[in-house]
Amino acid sequence: MDAILLQILNGLDKGSAYALIALGLTLIFGTLGVVNFAHGALFMIGAFCAVTLQRMLSLSYVVIDETQKDFLGNPLKVKTPYVESWFGPEMGGAIIDWAVPLAILFAIPIMITVGFVMERGLIKHFYKREHADQILVTFGLAIVLQEVIKYFYGANPIQTPSPEALSGVANVGALFGMDIVYPVWRIVYFFFSVIIIGGIFSFLQFTTFGMVVRAGMADRETVGLLGINIDRRFTIMFGIAAAVAGLAGVMYTPINSPNYHMGMDFLVLSFVVVVVGGMGSLPGAVLAGFMLGILESFASMNEIKSILPGIDQIIIYVVAIIILLTRPRGLMGRKGVMEE
Amino acid sequence: MFGLDNKDTRMLLVVAVLTLCAPFILNPFPTDSAMAQFNAGYPDLMQRFVIFGIFAIGFNILFGLTGYLSFGHAAFLGVGSYSAVWMFKLLSMNVVPAIMLSVVISGLFALLIGFVSLRRSGIYFSILTLAFAQMSFNLAYSVLTPITNGETGLQLTLEDPRVLGVSATADGSIPVTNLFGMEMRSTFEMVVGPWAFQFNAGYYLCALILLAAFYLSIRIFRSPFGMMLRAVKSNQQRMNYTGLNTKPYTLAAFVISGMYAGLAGGLMASMDPLAGAERMQWTASGEVVLMTILGGAGTLIGPVLGAGFIKYFENIFSKINDNVLHGWFSFMPDGLEDFVVFIIHPFIGKGWHLTLGILFMLVVVFLPGGLVEGGQRIAKWVKGRKNKDDSASATKTPAE
Amino acid sequence: MGILEVKNVGKRFGGLQALGDVNLSVKENTVHAIIGPNGAGKSTLLNCLVGKLIPDTGSVMFDGQSVLGRKPYEINQMGISRVFQTPEIFGDLTVMENMLIPCFAKRDGAFSLNAITSVPSETDVIEKAEAMLVEMNMADKRHMHSASLSRGDKRRLEIGMCLSQEPRLLLLDEPTAGMARADTNNTIDLLKEIKDQRDITIAIIEHDMHVVFSLADRITVLAQGTPLVEDDPQNIRGNPKVREAYLGESA
Repeated sequence: MDAILLQILNGLDKGSAYALIALGLTLIFGTLGVVNFAHGALFMIGAFCAVTLQRMLSLSYVVIDETQKDFLGNPLKVKTPYVESWFGPEMGGAIIDWAVPLAILFAIPIMITVGFVMERGLIKHFYKREHADQILVTFGLAIVLQEVIKYFYGANPIQTPSPEALSGVANVGALFGMDIVYPVWRIVYFFFSVIIIGGIFSFLQFTTFGMVVRAGMADRETVGLLGINIDRRFTIMFGIAAAVAGLAGVMYTPINSPNYHMGMDFLVLSFVVVVVGGMGSLPGAVLAGFMLGILESFASMNEIKSILPGIDQIIIYVVAIIILLTRPRGLMGRKGVMEE
Repeated sequence: MFGLDNKDTRMLLVVAVLTLCAPFILNPFPTDSAMAQFNAGYPDLMQRFVIFGIFAIGFNILFGLTGYLSFGHAAFLGVGSYSAVWMFKLLSMNVVPAIMLSVVISGLFALLIGFVSLRRSGIYFSILTLAFAQMSFNLAYSVLTPITNGETGLQLTLEDPRVLGVSATADGSIPVTNLFGMEMRSTFEMVVGPWAFQFNAGYYLCALILLAAFYLSIRIFRSPFGMMLRAVKSNQQRMNYTGLNTKPYTLAAFVISGMYAGLAGGLMASMDPLAGAERMQWTASGEVVLMTILGGAGTLIGPVLGAGFIKYFENIFSKINDNVLHGWFSFMPDGLEDFVVFIIHPFIGKGWHLTLGILFMLVVVFLPGGLVEGGQRIAKWVKGRKNKDDSASATKTPAE
Repeated sequence: MGILEVKNVGKRFGGLQALGDVNLSVKENTVHAIIGPNGAGKSTLLNCLVGKLIPDTGSVMFDGQSVLGRKPYEINQMGISRVFQTPEIFGDLTVMENMLIPCFAKRDGAFSLNAITSVPSETDVIEKAEAMLVEMNMADKRHMHSASLSRGDKRRLEIGMCLSQEPRLLLLDEPTAGMARADTNNTIDLLKEIKDQRDITIAIIEHDMHVVFSLADRITVLAQGTPLVEDDPQNIRGNPKVREAYLGESA
């Protein structure tokens, strides 16, 4: 029982990332009708926003501290981050420590800008082109973004720790009268994702903007005919989707050290998630994201691996194929929606 | 000739001359000259040109004709390579059975993947093929290690139980691949003045197979079957209401292009008997898509051009480094020179992928018909200018 | 016994009863028109005949065989060809190629891996397509891209493509919708010619009364998913029920 609960928890954080990326993909596909192969790159850019902020906050100047001597008796060179000198050592230290959560604020404007530029500068011109062209151009863009990041940040994963206070483990099993120890940050990530997902859903459900977007997803032409400037709303939607992917990336950095190809690794699986959930279905994307994340985590249990070696590497694909063969529209895809 | 009309025969002959004379054509610069770095007449590079040419020709039969964009074709290439290496390990170092097996196995593999993926069309199809390729990569990389030797890749060893052949040669080394005794690596070097031309047995085998593959693709393009495939791309609804079942047509195209990919993979292993999972990665699939698009999807010659173009510049770009750049731009004032080198630096050497990505976008945005369309546009433009000149002079004459 | 027998066909979409209880019999070698106001279920009925939709109840028999559960291409191979409201042709292909495809489909069936012979060497098919192009008055356009044809020519091409399959039943879905008067009259003339010169049964769904009364031997009026009346054109013209349900509206 403990083991099962632990696997579910383990699956939640990966599932959250899948769900967030798949949500953005579905939003973009549903509203703009574009398959965005560069969406994984947005996730990656988000992660590197966190890296960048951490580096910026840690920018230091060197002072020669006459009061401290090294073992040769020379005065010690002390590196002091600027933030520590501005806010005092304690406050400054805390700011650096909390770089990843702070990066959320840093990443939102950046991701929205990136999203706007992408949509207005490139993707807009591809609405009327074939799907193949859309795939190809966003694929090219994904390569470019990935290589640019590699150029500036190198090919190696960059460690980006979570705040000290959130880096330990907690006994979450205590809630259920069991003994399950689990990293705090992963719990934070899960709740963070739930909040974002909830936010997106209520935004779509309860605001006029969201209503128009939902109507646009159902029938783009008609909404356009009503005289609503659907294009501008779609641009904003693209920005939001980019921000969601970016934030998913920011918060994921302490779980897996970011590298330049993380976006593509997640993208392929997120596509599978979207297809399994049902193309164009937002709840489907979320459900399938969590489901496949948890499934993957179960498949990586030693008990299962000893029966079916390597099953954890392919379980998601196998499930996707089975679902596609039995339910061609995915779990929650509706008939006639987003079909060719 | 060969059941082709004049235009197609001419095209086939041009390709034949180009591939068979490639050791000359690709080595225009004397060996010791500064420009020698732009030569491409080396056996392994020329082999890559034609092998990827075959890969792209096959991909084009699917994508160019039916419009189904597969993002997983590298998986078939990888399967072809593994099959060939296993044939070398178990049966014989002769390349013929190895290549045959790789075509057959990749064809079966394509049948399986195609059967599932073709249940959907458009983007779903692309995503499914992508997922399959990634799954194959994962399988090859870790799960099926006994068959694929995982991360290290499948290689020949001194203990291979070769049924028709020896495990090791008399001097204790691993035997080399051959075609009925002719070693694939054997190279004849012809020195003409300052030039050195290399004629490699393996290259010529690949080149002949490329010609056969190209010829077959022309036949397919011009056949009723090829016309049906173009009809699938154009209007599936009309196909269905004209009594035609689109599924077997697309599946046949998928399997044929998978077999071409397997052939390319088998040849790759025949030239250098090893196979690794990275050959199946989706970036490799993306590369063949780019070759086809860059050359001109749906045209006969386009994929060959695209493959040659990309493999040539990949080779050149990875050779260039900052020193070379400084050499080129040394005529500039110092500051400007450094600036230019600084700007170009990200795109060369290891930055080839960045260049490739940008190229990809530029082609899709500005030249959807690829190099072939570009050539046609230039030809039209030149013609247009000429006509304009003619008509301009024609109108002038009576005035004088 | 007609060549097409529709018995008790019903189709429901969620809460909407698109077709109630449709009975229809189309006699061989006649032109049978199905008319009715918008939303009467004409298109749904047509889709049930060609395999795009499967009715919830009832049966559809063509020449004594059920078409239900068969795929559109199978039904087409049985001898039913369909002309769409907006011409469905192979826009990327030339006019000649458009005509060749149904000829190949007629000769080789639903699938043939005929990948080695070249198209020009298939003389029997070429001749047949050529003859049909001449009949359709389109021989001079054979090398044109079919997407660049005029609307009227696209319609002619589509009808020609259907005829080259030698169907026993030709289904026309509002063949003159959105056409200028001249094009409409040309299409009527073409269809009259086809009717006179071929052994063919035509079922036509139409809005335009002018077209219907110029062509039809028999008319079924559909209203709210059920056939209101079936009769000869002159009787339909005078039928008060029809006037009320349909003609009255449009008059």
